[in-house]
Amino acid sequence: MKRNSAYIKGMFCIIALCFGLFAGFGQNNAHAFSNQVIQQGATGEDVVELQSRLQYLGFYTGPIDGVFGWRTYWALRNFQYEFGMKIDGLAGGTTKQKLVKASKYDKAWVNKQIKEGKKFTHYGGVPKSKQSKAGPAKGGGQAAAKPAQVKPAKNIPDGYSQNDINLMANAVYGEARGEPYIGQVAVAAVIINRVADSRFPKTVSGVIFEPRAFTAVADGQIYLTPNQQARKAVMDALNGWDPTGEAIYYFNPDTATSGWIWGRPQIKKIGKHIFCN
Amino acid sequence: MIRTILIVLLFVAVAGTGYWGYTEHQDKNAILLQAENNYQRAFHDLNFHVDALHDKIGETLAMNSRNQLSPALAQVWRLTSEAHNDVGQLPLALLPFTKTEQFLSKMGEFSYRTAVRDLDKKPLSDKEYKTLKDLYANASEIQNELRKTESLAQKNNLRWMDVEMALATNKTNEDNTIIDGFKTVDKTVEGYSEVDFGPEVSNMMKMQNRNLSQLKGKEITKEEAKNIAIDFFDLKKNVKITVEKSGKGAKYDAYSLTLYNPDTKGTTYMDLTKKGGYPLWVLYDRNVGKAKISLNDAMFQAEDFLKKHMDSKMEMVSSDQYENIAVFTYARLQDDVRIYPEVVTIKVALDNGDIMGYEGTDFLLAHQDRRIPTFKISEKEARTNLNPKFEVKEVSKALIKNDINEEVFCYEFLGVLGNETYQVFINAENGNEEEVKKLKEAEPSYNEI
Repeated sequence: MKRNSAYIKGMFCIIALCFGLFAGFGQNNAHAFSNQVIQQGATGEDVVELQSRLQYLGFYTGPIDGVFGWRTYWALRNFQYEFGMKIDGLAGGTTKQKLVKASKYDKAWVNKQIKEGKKFTHYGGVPKSKQSKAGPAKGGGQAAAKPAQVKPAKNIPDGYSQNDINLMANAVYGEARGEPYIGQVAVAAVIINRVADSRFPKTVSGVIFEPRAFTAVADGQIYLTPNQQARKAVMDALNGWDPTGEAIYYFNPDTATSGWIWGRPQIKKIGKHIFCN
Repeated sequence: MIRTILIVLLFVAVAGTGYWGYTEHQDKNAILLQAENNYQRAFHDLNFHVDALHDKIGETLAMNSRNQLSPALAQVWRLTSEAHNDVGQLPLALLPFTKTEQFLSKMGEFSYRTAVRDLDKKPLSDKEYKTLKDLYANASEIQNELRKTESLAQKNNLRWMDVEMALATNKTNEDNTIIDGFKTVDKTVEGYSEVDFGPEVSNMMKMQNRNLSQLKGKEITKEEAKNIAIDFFDLKKNVKITVEKSGKGAKYDAYSLTLYNPDTKGTTYMDLTKKGGYPLWVLYDRNVGKAKISLNDAMFQAEDFLKKHMDSKMEMVSSDQYENIAVFTYARLQDDVRIYPEVVTIKVALDNGDIMGYEGTDFLLAHQDRRIPTFKISEKEARTNLNPKFEVKEVSKALIKNDINEEVFCYEFLGVLGNETYQVFINAENGNEEEVKKLKEAEPSYNEI
């Protein structure tokens, strides 16, 4: 185990070195930043560095979570203002260079804190030991398996939570596992249309668990673990795609037991399901 | 000897199975009973709330003073929402109970609108008073029917589990007191569906009445739809395209196209309006690899796409990265005013910058030639209506739909209060605060998605 981790560390150093070398050729100072222009809404390592450097200078006071949100945006604009640059809220070449010149960034330390799930800050002039608090440890060795990826926080479509997305993915997987992708987006869209419709419960959970509304809830298939495709379909539906033409019901004509559902005005058939109003 | 042992063993096996079966049976009964209890509670709660609703509406009719009316209407609103919630917990999804649910939600909307209104400035009109009276009568009918059903159910010891079984096996035509009772309630409401809820509530309903008849152009055929799609994607002829026409129940007539490209092995789905052949939405399904391009590069891809396919000037209003997918929202810009109802969403793959999707239904539904009026109040005046602690960072002009679904011109203020960023819309005509929206920050990850 110990030797293993030493090996990983060694690999890490080499990779980091290569990275440093490459970046060094392109731009003189922007060591760890990649060449991308970082824009609001972005996620990933560059954002972690941006937030850390802004925090080092005292512009950014929020959590270093790797998501370019509003707080990062205002911090960056303040930085651009103070350093007499064009205030556009974009971290492009000049901005990154000035940031790198003005601040320090201890990448290894920051990544370690994130990996260990600790609450930490990255202010300049404060000893590191005072800036890290033991936070809720993340589940076991899961984080260690993918050391290079920083994904501490996530963008979520407006008005929904990660848990809503999980629940919807479960419902979509249970209801439309064997359907083509578009049929899965359609099922997710029906759930969202119902939440918006005044005749149905007003929450995702209310709609999904309404008795007799979904067969997957009745027969327990909703508790199967959904795959990545079901989640993708849910995200598309949450971002506004609605292949059903605003349907609020659907049924499988081969297995539908209710005569009433056949009487609903039908919009279209996607995969095995007929969608209706 | 062996026979005796066998007999004993057999006996033990039979006794064991019997005991096992008995405990299983008891477990099953316990669970059924628990489900039944949940249904019973929701059912009796529903009755209680409808009773209370009826009483409360009656009280509001008798009230005269404004400062009592508002709280009473707020109570009505709360009770309708509770009753609606109870309905949502009963296995009625496949029963024609939608009229009643619609009635409840309209009643809630009406009471909310009137409760939050400044009744000193704008008291209840005669028409609204009449609406309240109608609602009272209506609630009384519902209450009576529900009570009847409740008492019959109690007298005959009826179980909701039987209702569920009846619905599951589609035996609704057989005599089932509860199902019949609910059907009667729904019929009763149907007779009352003409209640005039006033312009504010019917505006909400109008939103559902979506059509695309205002689009320019003539109706296209299936063949023309195919050609539009080929043009749209610059496709070669080897692509397999299937076209379906939307059914009779569709809110707007459209063609649904499925395009399979043997070169990329990707499938693209697309809906085109029948009138004019405008794309409603496009969704491209393929595996997306690791993110290789930045969100910023993806934005340029999206803007190229917009330039190619849209005549209107669009401005980005949001950009988000979801691992290897970027999603951008654009609103139309006219004379520096953001027309928020006219939005399109574009999805870009971050592995190679492919456009993965386009969603323009809202744009097509809301798009029209608008005239931008001169704003009556100045930005400076609008600012005086903001919370003094709110620190403004950016100002722009916008057209939004307010909470009663009217389109209003506003000043849009983007700023911070404490650590949070807010978007505040101030009406450009009268300085009213039309909408305040807290902009969401990223959610910490609780587990791996």
